[in-house]
Amino acid sequence: MTDTTISRPTATVRTEPYRSRGLLHDTWVIARRGLTHLVRQPEQLTDATIQPVMFVLLFAYVFGGAIAVPGGGEYREFLMGGIFAQTVVFTAFGVALSLATDRKNQAIDRFRSLPIARGAVLGGHALTNLLKSMLPIVLMSLCGLAIGWRIHSSIADAILGYALLLGFSFAMIWVGILLGSVIATPEGVTGTGFVVLFPLTFMASTFVPTRTMPGLLRVVAEWNPVTTLSDAARILFGNPNTPVVPEDPWSIQHPIAYSVIWIVAIIVISAPLAVRAYEKSLAK
Amino acid sequence: MPDEYAVYARGLVRRYGAKTALAGVDFEVKTGSVTAILGPNGAGKTTAVRILTTLSEADEGEATVAGFNVRTHPHEVRRRIGLAAQDATVDPLLTGRENLVMLGELYQMGRGEAKSRAAELLTEFSLDDAADRKVAGYSGGMRRRLDLAATLVAHPSVLFLDEPTTGLDPRARNELWGVLATLVERGTSVLLTTQYLEEAERLADEIIVIDHGRIIARGDARQLKREIGGDHVHVVVVDPARLNDAAVTLSEVTGAHAVIEAATRAVIAPAADGVQTIVRAAQALGAAGIAVEDLSLRQPTLDEVFLELTGQPANADDAGVPAGGR
Repeated sequence: MTDTTISRPTATVRTEPYRSRGLLHDTWVIARRGLTHLVRQPEQLTDATIQPVMFVLLFAYVFGGAIAVPGGGEYREFLMGGIFAQTVVFTAFGVALSLATDRKNQAIDRFRSLPIARGAVLGGHALTNLLKSMLPIVLMSLCGLAIGWRIHSSIADAILGYALLLGFSFAMIWVGILLGSVIATPEGVTGTGFVVLFPLTFMASTFVPTRTMPGLLRVVAEWNPVTTLSDAARILFGNPNTPVVPEDPWSIQHPIAYSVIWIVAIIVISAPLAVRAYEKSLAK
Repeated sequence: MPDEYAVYARGLVRRYGAKTALAGVDFEVKTGSVTAILGPNGAGKTTAVRILTTLSEADEGEATVAGFNVRTHPHEVRRRIGLAAQDATVDPLLTGRENLVMLGELYQMGRGEAKSRAAELLTEFSLDDAADRKVAGYSGGMRRRLDLAATLVAHPSVLFLDEPTTGLDPRARNELWGVLATLVERGTSVLLTTQYLEEAERLADEIIVIDHGRIIARGDARQLKREIGGDHVHVVVVDPARLNDAAVTLSEVTGAHAVIEAATRAVIAPAADGVQTIVRAAQALGAAGIAVEDLSLRQPTLDEVFLELTGQPANADDAGVPAGGR
């Protein structure tokens, strides 16, 4: 037992606590922990690495030959905007999962017993996941380039395209925090997230033009922000997109503006709900 | 209450729906001393710790920790406490060193200071060899040591240790007691919860026994032992029909109330004179013609303490704490 005796007290009890370093400092410390988690658990990163690349390859090669882009153009180039949008929507998954896991193993309780800025725990999760969401976008871009996708627009448009994707990612982070706070277990998050988010990304112009969809489904798809986000990405990257006709609804006519409205709306509505749900989930 | 008390709680009540986890408890930890809250699962121990460490709010009552009200000044309280929760909550994916540095930074130290403090604690807690390995690979005992080190990062004036040795094997528990004893010698004020009478006796200046959210006894170990009888004479009779006779005989011998534990055919009574009591009990039982299977002198177990204090065995029904709410 000699190996575990601790040495004699060296330091005396410090009387003055440390001065606060602020929200940004605390958020960054917690985000850095989240990033370390990502690096140490590569198997948890498959949703951000293998999965999107797999979708690109599957759709490009399995469906690619069978789907024609109205207005002409390569399906592979049409596809990329959709897969970017889908991946960005799935950002919510990762946040919800990491939050539910932290609550389950009491990491959040430990953080809450520390003198950290209010909001730093959620801020840290949000920042980690925002940075994490850049990874699949980069990987998919590289994968897309390898199979023949190109950006045909100006640099400014391309930057705007990526910014729009990241903005939607950021909005989905709050949806993820809401999911992760309302649903008790990591297992529940996986199940519910899949049932809610997966159909959302398919009832859209993600993989096929909405024009071929029957009645009600087509209306849903046309107003689905995943459709407009996909279309906006196609437009901003200069890729083929279904030509817009005057009968199309406002959303389809103005996909960029409509997507931005959704980003703002999701943040304005779900961020306060998410914070409240999170705090409620802790009030035990 | 001035600096005399590190923790001062009055009339704490906490309900979870229809269940009452804490039914109005008063207690205090004198500055520089160790108080143990002793009780079975579901007694309200963790609830009390959660309220005092600002993780949960009391429905009624007031508490002051390190001079600050936990309800009105939670942030000031957090700056001055260290908490080791029931399940060691160090991060399994980080190394021991990374855990301590992160906590140092969250206690608002500079990164440099957090690093040197981490190195200091790793050495003190004999974790140097494992410092740069992931905590996931640590043994239960190592994880608890790291957890204790983590609570000390910012030199807290009050420490909360929620069942620090639960789930450890006897050897690891013994090791940890050594560590805790050293810690206590430093003069830090400590509130610890435990299910083990031995642990409370060994580490605490004052012991508070709680059950179903109420304090049922308090005092230092000697006072409590007097109250609950210290050593007990424990008799197992051969014929269950003679349990009552045995109880009467033991009551006469010990001059105290003997308790029957029918399920184990046992009769238990305080043995004020230790071995002498055993000798007299043996003679009296023999004279009464009661066949005895086993006769021994015992330290009371927590069960027996509860038997004595409440007339009911310490139960494991989690009356106080909702699932997952610890």
